Amino acid sequence: MYRYDEFDQSLVDARVTEFRGQVARRLAGDITEDEFKPLRLMNGLYLQLHAYMLRVAIPYGTFNSRQMHMLAEIARKYDKGYGHFTTRQNIQYNWLKLDDVPDLLADLASVEMHAIQTSGNCIRNTTSDQYAGAAADEIEDPRPTCEIIRQWSTFHPEFSFLPRKFKIAVTGAPKDRAAVQIHDIGIQIVENNKGEVGYSIFVGGGLGRTPMVGKHIRAFLPRQDLLAYLEAIMRVYNMLGRRDNIYKARIKILVHEASAAEFTRLVEEEFEKIDQTKLMALPEEELDRIAAYFAAPEFETLGPCPAEHLEALDRDRDFALWVKANVVPHKVPGYAIANISLKPIGGVPGDITSDQMDGVAELAKDYSFDEIRATHEQNLVLPHVRERDLYAIWQRLKALELATANIGLVSDIIACPGLDYCNLANARSIPVAQLISERFAELDRQHDIGELKIKISGCINACGHHHVGHIGILGVDRKGEEYYQITLGGSADENTRLGDITGPSFPYDKVVDAVETLVTTYVDLRQSGETFLQTYARVGLAPFKENLYAAA
Amino acid sequence: MSKPHRKAKGPQVLTANRLVDGDVVYWRDETTWVANLSDAKVFEDEDALAKAEADAQAQVKADKILDPYAFGVDLTGGRITPGSMREHIRALGPSVRLDLGKQAEAA
Repeated sequence: MYRYDEFDQSLVDARVTEFRGQVARRLAGDITEDEFKPLRLMNGLYLQLHAYMLRVAIPYGTFNSRQMHMLAEIARKYDKGYGHFTTRQNIQYNWLKLDDVPDLLADLASVEMHAIQTSGNCIRNTTSDQYAGAAADEIEDPRPTCEIIRQWSTFHPEFSFLPRKFKIAVTGAPKDRAAVQIHDIGIQIVENNKGEVGYSIFVGGGLGRTPMVGKHIRAFLPRQDLLAYLEAIMRVYNMLGRRDNIYKARIKILVHEASAAEFTRLVEEEFEKIDQTKLMALPEEELDRIAAYFAAPEFETLGPCPAEHLEALDRDRDFALWVKANVVPHKVPGYAIANISLKPIGGVPGDITSDQMDGVAELAKDYSFDEIRATHEQNLVLPHVRERDLYAIWQRLKALELATANIGLVSDIIACPGLDYCNLANARSIPVAQLISERFAELDRQHDIGELKIKISGCINACGHHHVGHIGILGVDRKGEEYYQITLGGSADENTRLGDITGPSFPYDKVVDAVETLVTTYVDLRQSGETFLQTYARVGLAPFKENLYAAA
Repeated sequence: MSKPHRKAKGPQVLTANRLVDGDVVYWRDETTWVANLSDAKVFEDEDALAKAEADAQAQVKADKILDPYAFGVDLTGGRITPGSMREHIRALGPSVRLDLGKQAEAA
């Protein structure tokens, strides 16, 4: 994985020193909150309901055991012994004191991590496929592309004061696990008919108050033109994006109002200007230099599926169920990708204790070439493990209480922190997720229901991606009471689609019953082998709606 | 349930977050912000509240507290009960982690 060079380290260290001075001046009363707030936000520090919250970037979700141990240590030293993985492949700490934050950032910098550009109207942490470099269906590892974008966008003076925040996601596989079409820019690595690898570009996706699926504006962009083209998009946005109205400031509104065709024309025009200068063209040797950081680990030559693994599957049903739900094929024979669910039944989605973090770090070191991934679905991944080690890994996960076998199933729920922590929330998300997972706890039933993605947000900002949940749940405030609006049929993969609102919202104590009604309706209507989404696509909203509101 | 935009009717409490650690605090008197809602001053008089709010703004300028605002409370049973889920959670801590926040400190 990528290692900081002297420039990266000195930039991050200098930022810690600078912020230390800013905090000292704030606490001494030399600068006001109005002056300080944008400075702390540039360093990922928010004020939430109970305390300060820090959002730490995990670039494209890739990190190692040393970094995970430090994240655990930070939670112990400065917080309350746990952290929260988010839908942006970041980790958040919920209980910080302002005067501790400079020391915390110095500890982070010691393991090549920071919280820069995790907030504010700048280009945020680039997200990616959690199976990068391991997926069997991958055209190319997306992480070198992400790293190039990280280097280009970090402290880019032209893009430090955009109309609004800006999120870029990259996938290297046709199966989109990075939800690229709901990002400001979505990049899919593709191969053209000459066998050349390049980029397919989506612009103007996003959720929040005005959800939109990204528009496809370029089918094939040659690799060396990546930054020139991104720069062209950013320039058009920076020039024409609205700064007069925060609700209309995201690039999706510009693309929508200008039309995708006109926006594309403007980008291509700008791209031509940049392209002629050739200053932005990526040199082949630089591409190779970055790609070398992500060279595949030294995989052994292994036969497929060793006997001891098959025996363990036969012998231990719990293990077999975990493998069925959490383990996916690796591109190298004899290896596997092991997902670690952070969604225990009745637990808080994405939360992990310091001891569990240390345990995962040790597992990564012992079994996965020292690599860990954070997923946008708030889980973790050991990307490169030998199949023959899966049983030992599972036993250690069980001891850590991290062996929940539910990836992609009904209890693997995305939930934002909601009103339990967040200053913007209108309603709680976490307890709704807990109640749903408890209702559907029985694993055989979960497997029978099959792939079903429930996503919950506690407000219209949609951090919980509810618009693209197969079942989406949005918390709203109705005269001081928590209510929940339900959407159906959303999806965040290569066939991205926004969900349809079912109708009137449900009070807190009725929302789990409503979800059960929807699941039962699906089970009753499905044809052989059909997933929830396939059934929904075939029958539409009407039968679900009818059952949902029949009792009312 | 984000911060109330207009003033609630009936009894109210003035709240803020403390600058140094972000902790939730409640107005008690001109010199004291308290951590527990039960120790807060309840305003039943608009003029007294307005005066306290002006004082709170001065304390924002003095870099002690952030974002002061008033919210409605219920006094049934002789206890101060927040009028919204948001204020309930601020007063106690996360409803999903009873071991954390003010509810844990009180236990």
